[in-house]
Amino acid sequence: MQEIEIRNLSKQFDVKGHVVDALRGISLSIEKGDIFGIIGMSGAGKSTLVRSINFLEKPTDGQVFVGGVDLASLSGRELRKKRSEIGMIFQSFNLLEQKNVLDNVCFPLELAGIKKKEARKKAKELLETVNIADKEKAYPSQLSGGQKQRVAIARALATNPKILLCDEATSALDPQTTESILRLLKEINEKLDLTIVVITHQMSVVTQICKKVAIIEAGSVVEEGLVEDIFAAPKSDAARELILEKKVRYTPVEALHAHRRIRIVFNENSSEEPVIANLILKYRVPVNILKADTKNVGGKARGEMILGLPEGEKLQEDMIESLRKSGLTVTEVRENV
Amino acid sequence: MFDAKVTEMILVGIRDTLYMTVFSAFFGYVVGLPFGILLFITRKDGLRPNRIIYAVGDFICNIIRSVPFLILLILLIPFTRAVVGKSYGSTATIVPLVICAAPYIARVVESSLNEVDPGVIEMAKSMGASTRQIIFKVLLVEARVSLFTGATITTGILLGYSAMSGTVGGGGLGDIAVRYGYYRWQTDIMIITVALLIVIFQIIQNVGTRFSIHLDHRKR
Ligand SMILES: Nc1ncnc2c1ncn2[C@@H]1O[C@H](COP(=O)(O)OP(=O)(O)O)[C@@H](O)[C@H]1O
Ligand SMILES: [Mg+2]
Repeated sequence: MQEIEIRNLSKQFDVKGHVVDALRGISLSIEKGDIFGIIGMSGAGKSTLVRSINFLEKPTDGQVFVGGVDLASLSGRELRKKRSEIGMIFQSFNLLEQKNVLDNVCFPLELAGIKKKEARKKAKELLETVNIADKEKAYPSQLSGGQKQRVAIARALATNPKILLCDEATSALDPQTTESILRLLKEINEKLDLTIVVITHQMSVVTQICKKVAIIEAGSVVEEGLVEDIFAAPKSDAARELILEKKVRYTPVEALHAHRRIRIVFNENSSEEPVIANLILKYRVPVNILKADTKNVGGKARGEMILGLPEGEKLQEDMIESLRKSGLTVTEVRENV
Repeated sequence: MFDAKVTEMILVGIRDTLYMTVFSAFFGYVVGLPFGILLFITRKDGLRPNRIIYAVGDFICNIIRSVPFLILLILLIPFTRAVVGKSYGSTATIVPLVICAAPYIARVVESSLNEVDPGVIEMAKSMGASTRQIIFKVLLVEARVSLFTGATITTGILLGYSAMSGTVGGGGLGDIAVRYGYYRWQTDIMIITVALLIVIFQIIQNVGTRFSIHLDHRKR
């Protein structure tokens, strides 16, 4: 069943008399239990899109269905009820600074009118789940970023939501903390059969936990599909740029400009064979390895390499052809990337 | 130093000053706090934007605040008489003090609420909080330190204004200072009343500041 269905969603903002198109006709289906990534550069419209899923942002056009219900059809009270069934976490954590950890987690239960004693019991369980039970009496100012996000996750889960929206939830965290938070999200996704929508500008977040991904650029979805497919063979410029992240762009190798660059991705069938060695032996020319990396994409290891090919268009085409024959996906890396 | 009569007069003056300050602050907040909340939620990007209510509230606020207190005091004499039955004495002074303080308090409250992180308000909305719940469970809780600091400052100002009302027979220490110090040249009485006003002001400030720090869980 589709847990979230977005149909032809558009949102315009009126900024001092002129119109900003934040979303332009977005359609997406997110299945129950999925971890769905929405990735794009800053300003692409990601936050606006995720805020439309709980109607914090009312769309200018189009519809949002959550659990089969058209959000536009709900009254104010019904909408608030629906929102309480959708958890949300943020880049800046948004904890109540004047309340301690336990009371922060109790907050949504307090809103729902649940008795204090019962709320505390539930909150303690949740703090156990997110592994931060020892901090229940601490105030947010005494916690690290990762700990704050754990508290925020516990709070978002307090009302037993079916959906969790994460808007750049790991963007303020260092790589290690990011990984532990992502692991936690994966865990609760499996344990609670929770549908998770992950908004990010970092491809590494998507490859680490998402099954499916939509890439948005200037308010439109430019590419959508299984993470492994898009990771292996990105079609849109936006996807390519996001996959390469900043590493290649900052590589201070002159060769980056001189040669034609390609990106190859190894899958489990291809990784046995010494592909690059074979390539060099076959054509008797040097191949420049500009970047090599392995990534965990949806639980499977994926090798990624960026090669600088020697000059000569015929030779380059032959080499690419030969790589494709050995079962690799090859994509061009544009000069301007 | 003074005879019993003067001592008693000064004690009564202290009592009247405290009475005016505390009650005008209290009633000022009874009016000003909801007024400030109303301004905050009806503004353009507020929780319940409403151009008309905001414009009217904003206008009233600015008008009253732009009239100097002494003039307001005189302008309000008929109104004061209608409310408390007379136009002089400490109870009567509370009326113009409240009217003067309420719009000031509304602004102070509005600016305290402004300091609440919009992200936290967004979080509460995302959890299905109603406007009422956001006001009582988020805004007033998160802004309490700033609200309390504002209340301390306001009370200090009201202490000063209550003394000012002494020039028109308002009662309290200000009244004594004017009558004895200004009209009769009894400098010693004048000095003692001023010293007492300073001491009371210091106590208000210190207690207020301590309590604010005690309330704050942000930096520890
Ligand atoms: N409340 C708003 N008023 C006006 N413009 C907005 C508002 N929110 C977002 N925008 C504009 O919409 C576009 C998308 O913003 P956003 O969804 O925040 O992007 P992202 O989260 O991908 O960085 C941007 O151009 C931004 O300036
Ligand atoms: Mg954003």
